[in-house]
Amino acid sequence: MNVVNTDLVIKARGLSKNFGNLAAVSDLDLDVPRAMIYGFLGPNGSGKSTTIRMLCGLLTPSSGSAVVLGTEVPGDTEALKPRIGYMTQKFSLYGDLTCIENLRFIADIYSYPREKKAARINELIHKYDLTAQVHQFTGTLSGGEKQRLALACAVLHKPELLFLDEPTSAVDPKSRRDFWASLFELVEMGTTILVSTHYMDEAERCHRLAILDHGTKVADGTPTDLQASTGMTVIEVLADNPARAQALIKRLPDVTSVTQLGLKLRVLIPNTTPEPLSLVTTMLSEHDIHASTEEVPASLEDVFVAVTQKKRAPETSE
Amino acid sequence: MNSLGRLFAVMGKELRQLRRDRLTFAMIVGIPIMQILLFGYAINTDVRNLKSAIADQAGTHLSRQFISDLKQTQVLDFQYVVETPMEIEELLRTGRISAGVYIPYDFDRRVIDGNRFAAHLLVDGADPTIVGVANQLRSMRVTFDTWEAPSESAGTLEVRPFYNPDQRSAVYVVPGLIGIILTFTMMLFTAVSIVRERELGNLELLINTPVRTIELMVGKVVPYIVIGLVQLGLIVAVGQLLFNVPLRGSFVDLYLAASVFIAANLALGLFVSTIVKTQFQAIQATIFMIMPSILITGFIFPFDGMPKIIQYIGEILPNTHFIRMTRGIMLRDASLGDMASELLILVVFTFVAMTAAILRFSKRLD
Repeated sequence: MNVVNTDLVIKARGLSKNFGNLAAVSDLDLDVPRAMIYGFLGPNGSGKSTTIRMLCGLLTPSSGSAVVLGTEVPGDTEALKPRIGYMTQKFSLYGDLTCIENLRFIADIYSYPREKKAARINELIHKYDLTAQVHQFTGTLSGGEKQRLALACAVLHKPELLFLDEPTSAVDPKSRRDFWASLFELVEMGTTILVSTHYMDEAERCHRLAILDHGTKVADGTPTDLQASTGMTVIEVLADNPARAQALIKRLPDVTSVTQLGLKLRVLIPNTTPEPLSLVTTMLSEHDIHASTEEVPASLEDVFVAVTQKKRAPETSE
Repeated sequence: MNSLGRLFAVMGKELRQLRRDRLTFAMIVGIPIMQILLFGYAINTDVRNLKSAIADQAGTHLSRQFISDLKQTQVLDFQYVVETPMEIEELLRTGRISAGVYIPYDFDRRVIDGNRFAAHLLVDGADPTIVGVANQLRSMRVTFDTWEAPSESAGTLEVRPFYNPDQRSAVYVVPGLIGIILTFTMMLFTAVSIVRERELGNLELLINTPVRTIELMVGKVVPYIVIGLVQLGLIVAVGQLLFNVPLRGSFVDLYLAASVFIAANLALGLFVSTIVKTQFQAIQATIFMIMPSILITGFIFPFDGMPKIIQYIGEILPNTHFIRMTRGIMLRDASLGDMASELLILVVFTFVAMTAAILRFSKRLD
């Protein structure tokens, strides 16, 4: 790890959470530097939400601890509340209140200065494009509108640290792009954002990233670093019979995974295997399949597949 | 004054949501009116017009006189005229009558002798109320017209009902009903309140804000105190208009007592809300609490008549103390000062329940 920046907003060591026999999060170390977007990438049930909830004091860790904005967790997390923003996975504003009523309620709950309140709310309404929905009940908003309002409410009190729990799971691609643009704006103003996602393209936008799988951090770093250090060779195969080709390549003992993307197959082979390209071409030509193969740089999805497979490999061999 | 600001924010939000919740809003007015009509008209301890049968085997002038006297009490309504006591028994068994009078052929003789019962009153003993009425009829005297009225042969005790001279049930029922209605609506609203926010996901957002538990709890309770007082006004007004239920004591005393009582129920409701997991459970818990509030608080059965152990349990219920206060203030012109201990118990109850709710509520998810 090359983080020597001492200005860590979150520093967690050995964070674990068990629900009965289930280890939702185990032994998680985390270093989140100031003013960047830190991503949690992982499938459903990988412990992303649990980790976020522990970090903002909603859940008590079974073991381990963290320092969030200088506050010990577990500890006096109430002192943390005015300094953090939190956007829940499920829309959690009041559906029977209008947009402006929700914004005013949040402003009052955070004791936002009365004289600046109206101006701040107005600013947010314009910034998050909610002008037409100001007096609409939030229960009737579209997915994208709900999400923009939720973000507006989460940042109203200008938190230093913003937790976003799968914020874009219910919105269309255009809204997602706009949403991320507003996140970068916040980062530029010095906000640190911790965002969980299961979308690869979103993960790619993060400054840094931790990949979670079954409650364990399996990799972390910048997306570029992660892609460079997969320890895998990625081969793209364009074959005339992709289904058969996939079945054949899977038979090769060294192959970590084969995924079909459109007409192409994406093959992951560990770097330790010599001549990976010829391994694949030989296999295919032996079975009379015409194919063009090409070694390509690893994508984040390849990284994800590589790290999660690596971890599971010993289990399956037993 | 951040705390006050947050408190007002929660209160304002509750009132807004309440105003938009048409059904709940309708219940605030609908429940009291419906219940007062139901209880006011249905609970009736003065029994009249019991379906009965008569078997007059004597058929004398005296027996006919006796039957006409019985009719005049309006307690018995002779729908069947039969020949034998066996027929009365049959009618009783099949449930077509609740009482039957059997006058034997030697009725006149028995009246003159005076050492035997002159006639039989056969009653459906399964219903204690009917038995009670039957016992009253026992003391009816039978006299020949020609006899001199016996002097001062009436009972040794004369009953003079104070405060409710006409013995109308509604007068007694309505003051108690205030407590029942307030218990029901107030507990229901608050028992559901926190668990609803939990179910809808609002709570996860709320517990991540600086709002303090006490601000949240008090902010949720205060708007309902106002609603409870509105309901009280409604019940008193309807009681007076429809059932002539008096308010002999001070209006202010009644409102003061009710305010504390409402707070007690709201605090209890909040406490329930911190325990239950779903709105459905909250409703079940409310019903669980409402039953003893009706049965063992002296609302239906006289408190002193209950077994000691039940009385002790009854003393824990806020409604027991409130019913004593409302009956005192409305019917006996008692002042709150006369019943300070009852009020004090309610204050203590509120404080304990509210503290328990605040301690139970955690701004955590685990």
